[in-house]
Amino acid sequence: MKKIYTTFQEAVKEIRDHSTVMVGGFGLVGIPENLILGIVESGAKHLTVISNNCGVDDWGLGLLLENKQIDKMIGSYVGENKEFERQVLAGELEVELTPQGSLAEKIRAGGAGIPAFYTPAGVGTPIAEGKEIREFDGREYVLEEALTADVSLVRAARADRFGNLVYNKTARNFNPEIAAAGKVTIAEVEELVDPGELDGDHIHTPGIYVQGLIEGQQEKRIERLTVRQEA
Amino acid sequence: MSTVKQDKAVQREKIARRAEREIESGFYVNLGIGMPTMVANYIQPGKEVVLQSENGLLGIGPSPYESEVDPDLINAGKETVTASVSGSYCSSAESFAMIRGEHLDLAILGGMEVAANGDLANWMIPGKVIKGMGGAMDIVHGAKKIVIIMDHVSKHGTPKILKECTLPLTGKGVVDRIITDRAVIDVTDAGLLLREVAEGFTVQEVIDSTEAPLEVSGSLKEAGY
Repeated sequence: MKKIYTTFQEAVKEIRDHSTVMVGGFGLVGIPENLILGIVESGAKHLTVISNNCGVDDWGLGLLLENKQIDKMIGSYVGENKEFERQVLAGELEVELTPQGSLAEKIRAGGAGIPAFYTPAGVGTPIAEGKEIREFDGREYVLEEALTADVSLVRAARADRFGNLVYNKTARNFNPEIAAAGKVTIAEVEELVDPGELDGDHIHTPGIYVQGLIEGQQEKRIERLTVRQEA
Repeated sequence: MSTVKQDKAVQREKIARRAEREIESGFYVNLGIGMPTMVANYIQPGKEVVLQSENGLLGIGPSPYESEVDPDLINAGKETVTASVSGSYCSSAESFAMIRGEHLDLAILGGMEVAANGDLANWMIPGKVIKGMGGAMDIVHGAKKIVIIMDHVSKHGTPKILKECTLPLTGKGVVDRIITDRAVIDVTDAGLLLREVAEGFTVQEVIDSTEAPLEVSGSLKEAGY
């Protein structure tokens, strides 16, 4: 029922110069690693990328930065990346920092047909400058507008060919909201299973949000390995 | 380890241990990145506490043994963690709905500056590279109680508890309590109230190292921690 791709470059063919692309993940967890590599290969430029973070210097969205494919980045925390810093200081990259909860909700609203919402996050800070402030029950809120994308890229643990997705642990993060907010959503999945194998009670992203799927093997790099000693 | 570094580590542990006393059994708590994350190491065995991580984990467990490491399981500081027995996962939007919807009892966060009216600055220094606010701006408006833990003075010895913040704000009037290496101070409608003074400091020393006016509580605890 959904398009099943066999190459990552083909899977990202809808991403062209000047596209707006949303990418799931928190840090390097839950990122569609191979679809990002597909964009690197495609060479699409002048992208607006919406993602909580921007990868690290040599992995994830950092690869698109290195390749100068991003014009504008919308995210909440970009502190893990030296090339990012360099491009911002050189005026090569525009950044729109958004409080993480507002970012998640802007994306959720975009996928849910809600154009804007009021939130307390950012009131009285530089984030609220130029935005409408409104008082409800004596408390101030700032109007935040929804975000959508030409193409959304997500990563799931398991999927069926109807596009139903199941995520693993904290690799879920922004992926469900991002899946719903893309005009076209492509899911990179660890395992494609036969219809009926996924329990309908435990599907995180219903297939209606997904247009294409591709199976892939991830490296799953760890940013901060923290362990305790065996007793 | 140099003496300075050691002193710093001792100081951080002292603050973290005092902050732990803010956590009551049954609480849902968000701990910020850095020193606040350390508070988890000191939670008393008798307390049943659920720690929330804004990347979508309700119920953080201890760090994994090497054999247990799951690259798909991290906290908001991007460190590998485990889930507690009560642990559940959710999306980022739901995680922040929990936060914004005031379902958390307490958040313990770091600070650069706090003002007498409860303003908090902890995300950017003009002229320095801006990394982003992450979830801090949402969390300060979400949890029922916001406790800021930080050094009482900057590394240059200047006060961090001010009449007005000089740095761009994270949130306006959001702080309930400040815990430093020198004192515990509450933000009240009438201004700052000195509740406790740490061992090794006098009331006067705390007042002198605080730019904002401090009212001394009638039930002040000296050598409180």
